[in-house]
Amino acid sequence: MAAVPTAAPPAATPSARGMRRRLTPSRVLFFALFLGLPLVVYVVFVVSPFLQAFYYSMTDWRGLARAPQWIGLDNYVTLANDPIFRKALSNNLILMILLPTITITLSFALAVLVTVGGNSRGKISGIPGAAVFRIVSFFPYVIPAVVVGILFGFIYSPNGGLLNGGLNVLGLDVSIAWLGDRRLAMPAVMAAVIWSLVGFYMVLFVAAIKSIPSEIVEAARIDGAGRLRLAVRVILPMVRENVSTAAVYMGIMALDMFVYINVMTPSGGIGKSTEVVSRYLYETAFSESRFGLASAMGVVMALVTMLMAVIVLFGTRQKGDE
Amino acid sequence: MSVSHTTAPAGTEQPRPPAQQRRNRGPAGDRIFTVVAQIILGIWSLLVILPLVWTVFSSFKSTKGILSSPFALPEEWNFDNFVRAWSQAGIGRFFGNTVLVVGCALILVMLLGAMCAYVLSRYTFPGRRIIYYALIAGLTFPLFLAVVPLFFIMESMHIRGTYFGLIMAYVGFALPFTVFFLYAFFRQLPEEIAEAAAIDGAGDFRTFFQVMLPMSGPGMASVTIFNFLGLWNQFLLPIVLNTDSDKFVLAQGLVNLQAQQGYRSDWAAMFASVTITILPVLIVYMIFQRQLSGGIGPSTNK
Repeated sequence: MAAVPTAAPPAATPSARGMRRRLTPSRVLFFALFLGLPLVVYVVFVVSPFLQAFYYSMTDWRGLARAPQWIGLDNYVTLANDPIFRKALSNNLILMILLPTITITLSFALAVLVTVGGNSRGKISGIPGAAVFRIVSFFPYVIPAVVVGILFGFIYSPNGGLLNGGLNVLGLDVSIAWLGDRRLAMPAVMAAVIWSLVGFYMVLFVAAIKSIPSEIVEAARIDGAGRLRLAVRVILPMVRENVSTAAVYMGIMALDMFVYINVMTPSGGIGKSTEVVSRYLYETAFSESRFGLASAMGVVMALVTMLMAVIVLFGTRQKGDE
Repeated sequence: MSVSHTTAPAGTEQPRPPAQQRRNRGPAGDRIFTVVAQIILGIWSLLVILPLVWTVFSSFKSTKGILSSPFALPEEWNFDNFVRAWSQAGIGRFFGNTVLVVGCALILVMLLGAMCAYVLSRYTFPGRRIIYYALIAGLTFPLFLAVVPLFFIMESMHIRGTYFGLIMAYVGFALPFTVFFLYAFFRQLPEEIAEAAAIDGAGDFRTFFQVMLPMSGPGMASVTIFNFLGLWNQFLLPIVLNTDSDKFVLAQGLVNLQAQQGYRSDWAAMFASVTITILPVLIVYMIFQRQLSGGIGPSTNK
């Protein structure tokens, strides 16, 4: 409030990150607009729905017709006894383990090939054509997930699909309905997801590997480390943070999967073999109008997601304190 | 392990220290390894490109041609499929809707995100940290948890099923990511410049719009691209909030098309629709791929 007559002497506030020298009307307006506006949007459309979901998960809410009744943890009990929900949750958990593991392993291996695959002497260098491989690998990431789903729907199609066609060319005369088979559907969906994401993480790892000081890699080479040892014992620990970030991102995605499942195996596949919680939640909420129950599913998944993130981030940090 | 006669290959006369041996064997091994690496990467690239090429080719074929000989090149390059997809299947309209919604949301979220990140990163005031962490927390919460209440919030505000409602939802959910990255970016900008601007009499607004914002060009560019991809891909928000088929965005329209057509469908038009969706984004990517892989310059700068 105090109206400072002149600008403060420059020397007095060298690190004047805090610009609270004057609180003029203009500055009040500035704060209201610059901080207030985004926060209002954020609170109304993001924070409040999340908080409401926790509340609704303890009600029997079925839409606007009737006021929701508080029923405590009944929804959670219902979920625990629901075989479809349990199947969906276990599918999500399997995906949470397999998808990050496979994707990260594959993308790390490709990133190593691209970056240090070249000469084993002198400067670390990638193999010829590395830039082209990098650009091409990234392609699938810019394709919307919905389109990836539709595309792989075509590829897996039992008649005229690319995969069966390819197998026929190789001499295997098959017509497998890849997405219509209990055992094959989930691996088929996973392959599509991996296809679309490996390139992105590969680019991420390439950037991380390139920022490793080259002296370290060269020193390891002089000490006689082979390529495999170099990748696993020297490079991997140096990009540990990127790996754990990638694992968290992939984990969050594996606990969602709504788009892929909804597009490739609508209604959760044969015998619910590819059912995931997010799709089941969507159906429970918007087809059956059991909004309270659906919110409870969401809360369970939110807790699982946070737990996963904490475990991954904490686990990798501990290993770092060698 | 200095006396390592066992490790020496049969042909070698005198055992050499391991390092030297490796050095001699280097180039040949290198060449083999490089070839192997290139084969592996080549196979991967093929796996990536083949489905895309197949899609583009198939979009020029007739449905019968696609089903009978999936690998054949199109007999003739006809654009009928595209015309059918664009007008009859409604891809044109969905495309327009998507451009409108994503465009508006992108401009808004970049503006609001930059403003918010700027204030949070360059001013100290009570509650600054709490606001920042509250925003970042939004990154980890699963979207589908929020979707049910959001549906009713939009309903009660009478903006569900409108472009405006969808745009605001897009802005809200893209905000945490935007603030998170721009915050780091604004922090790096030198303090002196803001001070110089202040001494020259520029107010907070001018300092932001005429000094700081132009300086953060590269950061804004890459965040814009990632936001564009994220919003263009958005599917759950539109199918919940945007149920009027005239206002469908591309992702919705495509899925709807696929679901409607059932088994004996117009594959050709479907492939054309997919091609229409993929190609613009791929082209944009090819143009901006340098920014996207940001920081991955050609230099290995130790």
